Amino acid sequence: MNTQSDAVPEASRDSQGIAPAAMSPTRPMYWSVRRELWENRSLYIAPLAVAALGLFGFLISLIFPPKDSGLAPLDPAYRPAALAMPYSHAAMLLILTAFIVGIFYSLDALHGERRDRSILFWKSLPVSDLTTVLSKASIPLLVLPLLVFAITVLLQQIMRLLSTAALLMSGGSAVTMWRQLPLFQMELVLLYALAVMTLWYAPLYGWLLLVSGWARRTTFLWAVLPLVAIGLVERITFHSSYFGSMLKDRLIGFAADAFVLHAPGSPPLDPHFILLNQLTPGRFLSSPGLWMGLAVAAACLVAAVRLRRYREPI
Amino acid sequence: MACIEARGLRKAFGTTVAVDGIDLRVEEGRILGLIGPNGAGKTTALNAILGLTPYQGELMVLGRDPWTERDQLMRDVSFVADVAVLPRWMRVSQALDYVAGVHPRFDRAKAEGFLAKTTIKRASKVRELSKGMVAQLHLALVMAIDAKLLVLDEPTLGLDILYRKQFYDSLLNDYFDRSRTIVVTTHQVEEIQDVLTDVMFINRGRIVLHCSMEEFESRYVEVTVHPGQVAAARALKPIHERQVFGRSILLFDGVDRQQLAALGDVRTPSIADLFVAVMGNQAGMAPGMVEGAA
Repeated sequence: MNTQSDAVPEASRDSQGIAPAAMSPTRPMYWSVRRELWENRSLYIAPLAVAALGLFGFLISLIFPPKDSGLAPLDPAYRPAALAMPYSHAAMLLILTAFIVGIFYSLDALHGERRDRSILFWKSLPVSDLTTVLSKASIPLLVLPLLVFAITVLLQQIMRLLSTAALLMSGGSAVTMWRQLPLFQMELVLLYALAVMTLWYAPLYGWLLLVSGWARRTTFLWAVLPLVAIGLVERITFHSSYFGSMLKDRLIGFAADAFVLHAPGSPPLDPHFILLNQLTPGRFLSSPGLWMGLAVAAACLVAAVRLRRYREPI
Repeated sequence: MACIEARGLRKAFGTTVAVDGIDLRVEEGRILGLIGPNGAGKTTALNAILGLTPYQGELMVLGRDPWTERDQLMRDVSFVADVAVLPRWMRVSQALDYVAGVHPRFDRAKAEGFLAKTTIKRASKVRELSKGMVAQLHLALVMAIDAKLLVLDEPTLGLDILYRKQFYDSLLNDYFDRSRTIVVTTHQVEEIQDVLTDVMFINRGRIVLHCSMEEFESRYVEVTVHPGQVAAARALKPIHERQVFGRSILLFDGVDRQQLAALGDVRTPSIADLFVAVMGNQAGMAPGMVEGAA
């Protein structure tokens, strides 16, 4: 991650040489995304800190192995799953971190620039509201998932190297571990899971971005209270809770469409050890919930673009 | 094509009318000073010109509709809204990188040249700079943009006199050429009198006076009247009269200079003096409401 930009980047040097009209339309987008990373350093510091913490914990567990785990003779069928456990824990922790970071980022994205009046500076430059909103939406929808994937892969490789070293030092052989731990497959599954969750949560991020552009203060309350209010009104008026279950489905509903949870004749899906043949991308892509969610996300972003044109410092 | 052209420009916030049907034409190569009391509608008018606020009426800036074409318009328009709008978390080097990245007419070497004359460090964050340095940084960024129109809304607000002087000096010496247009609002009227080519007074959303500085100098005469001539001077219908150290100072609009020279000491008034006179003649204007003039 390049935060220190004292050196003149190549991209900005050539701007002096080219004719003004020749500026590529993606350049304002590229620089707007970089701008977000300069301003919100927690986007990568938080996952890196969590990864460092996870690595520290893993190191401790290697030095002082818990008695009832690790390489004790287990049922051979379950051994790969037990081996994979710390690796999938690390991945889950990073996904959760990115989710929380993404939520807080989105809630502030279009609010902070109005609060500190810098919106007047951004608007004094030839960057459209569409580019600005899309660059901010790309953080939770593209940058964070890719960042989490890269950090997780790196972390898992370091973890495997460390446990190899630990095995060799204790006089054992690492061959069995390397054969039984399907790390490459796990990384493919992680990429799939990240894509699934990002697409599924897109309306959530879209809604938060819209609220951050709309609310004058207390963006969190404006984001949450209307949903609570709708659920309450529905409960009082119709004695039903469709809205509540809809929200719950939005939080965890992706799993049923994207994975084989209960295949007949096999044990239920172990979230720590998902195999490639347990993914159902076709079913996920054809689920109406996904497309309705994406439509809501698009509507929120369109509204946020329209709204930003009217926005001024608060 | 005029740089700015408005017909019946109007903007209301609820029942408050901020800009009340302005007709305006600013030609290329002018430096227009927009002078008015607080709440006169200056900033609202500028915001409409910059595409920051929707409006009623007709408005064209460099041939474009600012409200629907803000991002394209900003290739040719720069503005300094207020010294405090640069993001405080940003490093000086990042500001240069970013503007170079998104602005096709930004000359990075030129901005670096301006910054080299200051004590601003490239690794500093905006929050670490003094108010004057932030203004210098913003001006360096803006002056390195090859824009056709530069809008300055209170650019020197809160700066000490040295910075203010420097600000307008570098604007004139290093930036302005006859092909650019500058619109500036300020309360420190007297400091920009020599800079302007045109002056406009605005009050309660309406243009009260709009003339070139040549016209200003030929039309308005201020006379410190000899004690014996006060009655004769008053007969020529001054637009304003004030007392300084027991002597009457009368301001005339369009009265022959030779004729007035016989009555006392003649000079061209400052914009501030004229401002006070014009605003004072506006009905219902309390004396305390004219701020910054004089």
